[in-house]
Amino acid sequence: MVSDYSISKKLTWMNMLVSGAALLLACGAFIAYDVASLREGMIYNLSMQAQIVGFNSSSALLFNDPHSAENTLSALKAWPNIVSAGIFTPDGRPFASYLRGRDGRVLTLPPILQGKTEIYRFNRSEAVLVRRIVFQERETGFVYIQSDLEGLKVRVAQYLGVAAAVLATSLLAVLLISPVFRRAIAEPIVHLAGIARIVSRDRDYSVRATPTSDHDELSVLVDDFNDMLSQIQLRDAALQQAHGELEQRVAERTRELSASNKELEAFAYSVSHDLRAPLRSIDGFSQALLEDYADKLDANAQDHLQRVRRAAQRMSALIDDMLSLSRVTRCELRREKLDLSAMAKSIASDLQEAEPGRCVDFVIESGLTAVGDPQLLRSAMENLLRNSWKYTSGHPTARIEFCRSEENGLRPFIVSDDGAGFDARYADRLFGAFQRLHTATEFPGTGVGLATVQRIIHRHGGEIWAEGEVEKGATFYFTL
Amino acid sequence: MESKTILLVEDNADDEALTFRALMKNNIESQLVVARDGAEALDYLFATGKYSARDVNSGPQVVLLDLNLPKVSGLEVLRQLRANERTKHLPVVILTSSKEEQDLLKGYDNGANSYVRKPVDFNEFIDSVRQLGLYWLILNELPPARR
Repeated sequence: MVSDYSISKKLTWMNMLVSGAALLLACGAFIAYDVASLREGMIYNLSMQAQIVGFNSSSALLFNDPHSAENTLSALKAWPNIVSAGIFTPDGRPFASYLRGRDGRVLTLPPILQGKTEIYRFNRSEAVLVRRIVFQERETGFVYIQSDLEGLKVRVAQYLGVAAAVLATSLLAVLLISPVFRRAIAEPIVHLAGIARIVSRDRDYSVRATPTSDHDELSVLVDDFNDMLSQIQLRDAALQQAHGELEQRVAERTRELSASNKELEAFAYSVSHDLRAPLRSIDGFSQALLEDYADKLDANAQDHLQRVRRAAQRMSALIDDMLSLSRVTRCELRREKLDLSAMAKSIASDLQEAEPGRCVDFVIESGLTAVGDPQLLRSAMENLLRNSWKYTSGHPTARIEFCRSEENGLRPFIVSDDGAGFDARYADRLFGAFQRLHTATEFPGTGVGLATVQRIIHRHGGEIWAEGEVEKGATFYFTL
Repeated sequence: MESKTILLVEDNADDEALTFRALMKNNIESQLVVARDGAEALDYLFATGKYSARDVNSGPQVVLLDLNLPKVSGLEVLRQLRANERTKHLPVVILTSSKEEQDLLKGYDNGANSYVRKPVDFNEFIDSVRQLGLYWLILNELPPARR
């Protein structure tokens, strides 16, 4: 409910306070002024009365007639505010007195300083005036008049009453008029607050605040608020559109990619079938020639045919390696937790079984794990370990190690051997496809193995590099 | 002992000649029947078409099946073989150049008994054929023929 909101309450209270304060100040000022002038008036009257009484009692004083002086004084009865009055001789002795009531108070004369003709003083309940009586330039005595302040008090009370009435009326008026404030100020603010709450709670940017009719800061606020909401809506729409476009583009790219992937697969398939068949014929019939016509072929001819056979077999090996290289890029990457140590051990035992005559010491660190595609990583490990096996075949004994570096930072896996190694000057050619740093007679191979390993490592987001020295061995580092 | 028949389904003439040579080298006593495409293979196996005169019960001991065949593909031949009551249990060895995973899977899915990749090296090929012959013709027991 609007009336419960603190803004209108605050406004109402503010108005009441301000009006109240203003009124109080005004009334206070007026009353103070009035009291002051009343007192002035009173003193003026007392002074007049003192002069008249003094004048009329001069002869009584001169002729020492207290009775006559008392008569004069008794005329003061006409003013009911006068409590008491007295005439004193020049040396301060009481001469005549007048009392309004029964209480007989002893009047004492306050001292008058030399230069002054009269003095007066006010205290809480009375005003006192003392005047010197002078007759023909001779001091004949003193007049003393004491008045009460009842009249004053009554007047002040009346004023206060009026002021209170005015204050109450005006506060009431403020309360009655406060709905006007609400309409003009609190309502738009409360309405704006409500809209803001809806927007932030429901994230609905389509609502708008109703604009106000005047042209003040509030209407500016409402207009700007609505404008901001429109901007947000526009931005949202633009974002949505951009998002949609992006999605479209991504879908398109994915389509293109999967189409080209399919093409590659078809290509690889055709290669694996159709290229091999003629090779088989080449090899097979060369062999048939060698066998069937052995007596008709001299050593040279036989050598030619052997070369033909070897060439066909080499081509087959190349096709196989090329296919496995392309398979690395084609196939989907699975992510599994793998035990690389176990993998290495199994490969090592396979190698040892295939050539039991060789004396190779495998040092494999336990507990090395990684996350990646099991097939691809096994292929990579096989390539690396098989390489080490192959390139240490020239030595009578060999040591092949698989471990992980404890250096801070990268912590790469390490496959190292103490075999033929390689010339470090050509290290950048190591991972190129079909690049070899040894001849086929030294060590067999197609030069695709390391290229395959590199591609596998890169697909896992890792890096691979190598160090080596001729006849001192080679060390391969890779991260995943 | 009646001589055992091997049905070789192979479209490549060279491969056919080499396979024959390999069998000869191994002195495998058997008769090699060659079908040049899938349709011919089916004709032979079900004694239809140009083989309608054949006795359908004297089936081959083993079928060496290539996958890439004209007219009817190797897998289709396999499927039809396995669908037929009489030839359901006939041993089929897929002998092909491809080592692609999908071919292996499809072969076994459709009921092939074995999958052998044809090597390029002829000596290896001879060895493979010898092993195949030894196993499927001599060692392996066929189920009794249904009547």
